[in-house]
Amino acid sequence: MYNFEFEKPSTIADAVAALGSEDAQALGGGQTLIPTLKQRLASPSALISLNGIAEMQGVCVDDDGSVSIGGATTHATVAAEAASSYPALAALAGQIGDPAVRNRGTIGGSIANNDPAACYPAGALGSGATIVTNTRQIGADDFFEGMFSTALDEGEIITAVRFPVPQAASYQKFLQPASRFALVGVYLARFADGVRVAVTGASEDGVFRWSEAEQALNGAFRTDALMGLSINPMNMISDLHGSKEYRAHLVGVMTKRAIEACM
Amino acid sequence: MPKDSGIGASSKRREDVRFLTGAGNYTDDINVRGQAYVHFLRSDIAHGRIKSVDTSAAEGMPGVVKIFTGKDFEGVGGIPCGWEVTDKHGAPMQEPPHPILAQGKVRHVGDPIAAVVADSLEQARDAAEAIDVDIEVLPAVMNMKAAAQDGATLVHDDLKNNICYDWQLGEADDAKVNEVFANAAHVTTLDLVNNRLVANPMEPRVAVAEYSRGTEDYTLYTTSQNPHVIRLLMCAFVLGLPEHKVRVVAPDVGGGFGTKIFHYAEEAFCTFAAKACNRPVKWSSSRSEAFMSDAHGRDHVSTIELALDADNNFVGLRTNTYANLGAYLSTFSSSVPTWLHGTLMAGNYKTPVIQVNVKAMFTNTVPVDAYRGAGRPEATYQLERVVDKAARELGVDPIALRRQNFITQFPYDTPVALTYDTGDYNGTMDKLEAAADLAGFAARRAESEAKGKLRGLGINCYIEACGIAPSNIVGMLGARAGLYDAATVRVNATGSISVMVGAHSHGQGHETAFPQVVADMIGIDESMIEIVHGDTSKIPFGMGTYGSRSLAVCGSAMVKATEKVIEKAKKIAAHLLEASEADIELKDGQFSVAGTDKSVAWGDVTLTAYVPHNYPLEVEPGLEETAFYDPANFTFPSGAYACEVEIDPETGQVSVEKFTAADDFGNIINPMIVDGQVHGGIGQGIGQALLENCAYDENGQLLSASFMDYAMPRADDLPFYAVDHSSQTPCTHNPLGVKGCGEAGAIGSPPAVVHAVLDAMNSGGKAVDQIDMPVSPSRVWAAMNG
Repeated sequence: MYNFEFEKPSTIADAVAALGSEDAQALGGGQTLIPTLKQRLASPSALISLNGIAEMQGVCVDDDGSVSIGGATTHATVAAEAASSYPALAALAGQIGDPAVRNRGTIGGSIANNDPAACYPAGALGSGATIVTNTRQIGADDFFEGMFSTALDEGEIITAVRFPVPQAASYQKFLQPASRFALVGVYLARFADGVRVAVTGASEDGVFRWSEAEQALNGAFRTDALMGLSINPMNMISDLHGSKEYRAHLVGVMTKRAIEACM
Repeated sequence: MPKDSGIGASSKRREDVRFLTGAGNYTDDINVRGQAYVHFLRSDIAHGRIKSVDTSAAEGMPGVVKIFTGKDFEGVGGIPCGWEVTDKHGAPMQEPPHPILAQGKVRHVGDPIAAVVADSLEQARDAAEAIDVDIEVLPAVMNMKAAAQDGATLVHDDLKNNICYDWQLGEADDAKVNEVFANAAHVTTLDLVNNRLVANPMEPRVAVAEYSRGTEDYTLYTTSQNPHVIRLLMCAFVLGLPEHKVRVVAPDVGGGFGTKIFHYAEEAFCTFAAKACNRPVKWSSSRSEAFMSDAHGRDHVSTIELALDADNNFVGLRTNTYANLGAYLSTFSSSVPTWLHGTLMAGNYKTPVIQVNVKAMFTNTVPVDAYRGAGRPEATYQLERVVDKAARELGVDPIALRRQNFITQFPYDTPVALTYDTGDYNGTMDKLEAAADLAGFAARRAESEAKGKLRGLGINCYIEACGIAPSNIVGMLGARAGLYDAATVRVNATGSISVMVGAHSHGQGHETAFPQVVADMIGIDESMIEIVHGDTSKIPFGMGTYGSRSLAVCGSAMVKATEKVIEKAKKIAAHLLEASEADIELKDGQFSVAGTDKSVAWGDVTLTAYVPHNYPLEVEPGLEETAFYDPANFTFPSGAYACEVEIDPETGQVSVEKFTAADDFGNIINPMIVDGQVHGGIGQGIGQALLENCAYDENGQLLSASFMDYAMPRADDLPFYAVDHSSQTPCTHNPLGVKGCGEAGAIGSPPAVVHAVLDAMNSGGKAVDQIDMPVSPSRVWAAMNG
């Protein structure tokens, strides 16, 4: 990697200030950024670690019952600490990568990166979460703008992610055989006012909501509600591990399994 | 009652203590005072003409010691190929130069263009980025069949075409083969691909070289399966150095699987640069570099045809294979699709007429060479796939069809140049049928179906030829090396023994198994014996470890050397016991006079050898013997495997639910180590069958260039294995009666897995008779919904 300055501020304000310098970059768990640096594919002037900021750590239940997770909280912590308050999300966190990844990688880092095959974007979009930053609150529907693209401004930090807790939810992930990212992952959440279905891994546009399935399930929350529904393969990803058609097919299968798990 | 020591005991692997506690000494652990680091600037273009390489901006950068390009190696030898194959018209193979750094053209992504030696690795990388390379991009030669056409773009401009050789084995008379097929009652034809693999040993390659200006000696530490072979090739063919001035050390090596047999440009470079820079030079491959510079494996595209008579007897077999050699000839690459592949095409069957045709192709890809099994998995895969397909087409039981055609009389001369000395294929199949509980399969299938899964059973047989030899025969076939091995048994004064062996141990357990043999022969404790290997300055000579040869070849040398030691020790014992040498018996570490209670202990005899006060005058002091052993024939392990898979019909996901191996390895020294070797081989075979796929795009870019896209088998991809080695027909021509077990699992398992997948798909009502490896979920789904 190239040389860079390293800072580990202890407050959000200090982190924001540090990120103001030219070509400075925020560092969460580094599960994407560090390999990128080691391959010399990025050359930030400074890395600003967010891991020393106490107010960005941990899982708590808000007064309205929603679950708030600090932006620098690791997957392993979410898997453990959200297990009772939001089990489906905790299960998602517990399936990311391997133990080493889960003990370093953070929710804020994953959501800010918006890898098209990452798990958390599906969890956030499927839950209708609110992305809380140092300057504003962004609804998940407005946050994810496409592959590796989000509504975040330069230097903006995800300080927390707030999840409304559904009546039932399930994340069904079909593994890409090599990376074990999601070849297709479906996060389904059933709220009193409707069902949300978010899909990761499948689309060239990154995580998306399968609105036809949501409408059908709002009519009848049964697996056969999906009968006759299919995803257009046109915008699906095609690579070594699966064709567009295969991914489109898996969206249906994983959604069906998520429904079954919510029954 | 299992033995607790010596031959046949499952002695625990003594080397594992250091491997598992972080006490190993790997090449990357070796750092020499004053060493500099080399970074190779590698081509990101698959095929192109080098217009210029401008290093001027990089020369003065911080820490730079020296920058090398292809020009610095003009007049230096290239990487040699160790086997000259003669094509079917009698012409030698086309053998293009393989320079240490690219000259004129780059021929694959990863081809080294320049090398920067600097005080630190980061400085070397910084300077490499400042090198300005101008390359005219040429069309990449990727498809083997297209590459074989007249007028195809040439990988090597000086060759007449991209065909290294057009080789044939078996029946040379096409008309006779055609007649067999014309008269056959049934012909089964199959087109298939044997997928390209990357070995990916846990330890990437590393080289550290130093040169002494004072003594003009070189030392090269390198991740090799055969340090003497590296020394011979590098000294004689590449750098023109006297062998006695070069020491090559391969310390602990973290897995080889074939890919560390070969002599690589990087280790020759470090040796060359150590003198040129007057600094020790170190190179450690990154995993990314490994993907584009370690020799790959497999990559065959084949058509195979099997002819059967009206009674389902195999009457003819014909294969046409395109074998990818990549951009350059790696050390043993030419032998893999030919003498290690065509010769195995008889398999376990008495097919009377066989014709094997192989076109070996140059393409703009990483060189391809031996990978666990080396040619034999490719042969087995073709043969067994077509046999299984024939059984399906004919509606006969696949085991019965195999049994009907098994070779049952030994020795057996195959139509493809081998003589099988021994085997019991029916006996081994009996063991498999029992161990795999084939009778219970129907019930297990019903259970799977109740869960909504499809279950399939796949059967496979294999034969392999191990312990490649004898040297005079392989020499006639084009080998540029002998294939014997050597051992020195050095008995110390106090009776402990150092055995210097030519075989290199990098996971095989030699350090445990070899002492079991010597301990058994003398009747002393295994702990008194230490194996020394991996250093040309310590061992007599060695051709190294590959082809499941170590125990059969090097172990035989060790037995012979131990016999010489015992013979001499008996002379000393006879003197001490005042008896005739002919009356001396050695048992449990005691020399005794037959029929008396007079005896002398091993330790007293060895001490006398080194303190020869009371000593036979006609016997030399000391107790150390060396033996070289050149086998009379290959060894022929064989086996029968059964795999059961479940398919999730909704996703195409395949899971291996049950895997059973029945192998005939002849005599077994350490059953636990044999189990482990079979487990590892099956793991790699399942990896090939289900997961691993080294893929390029049409421009020669490596698509599976990291573990993000190259799927290695993980523990949860693999089942618990049942292995049975009780079918034992000892090798008839080596002293231990051993055959070798290192590659069997990787040879025997891929077809078993694919047969099981096909059986499962067909059980779901979808007639599918072909699917290529890796049998990924997307491929299974496509096949079932195609």
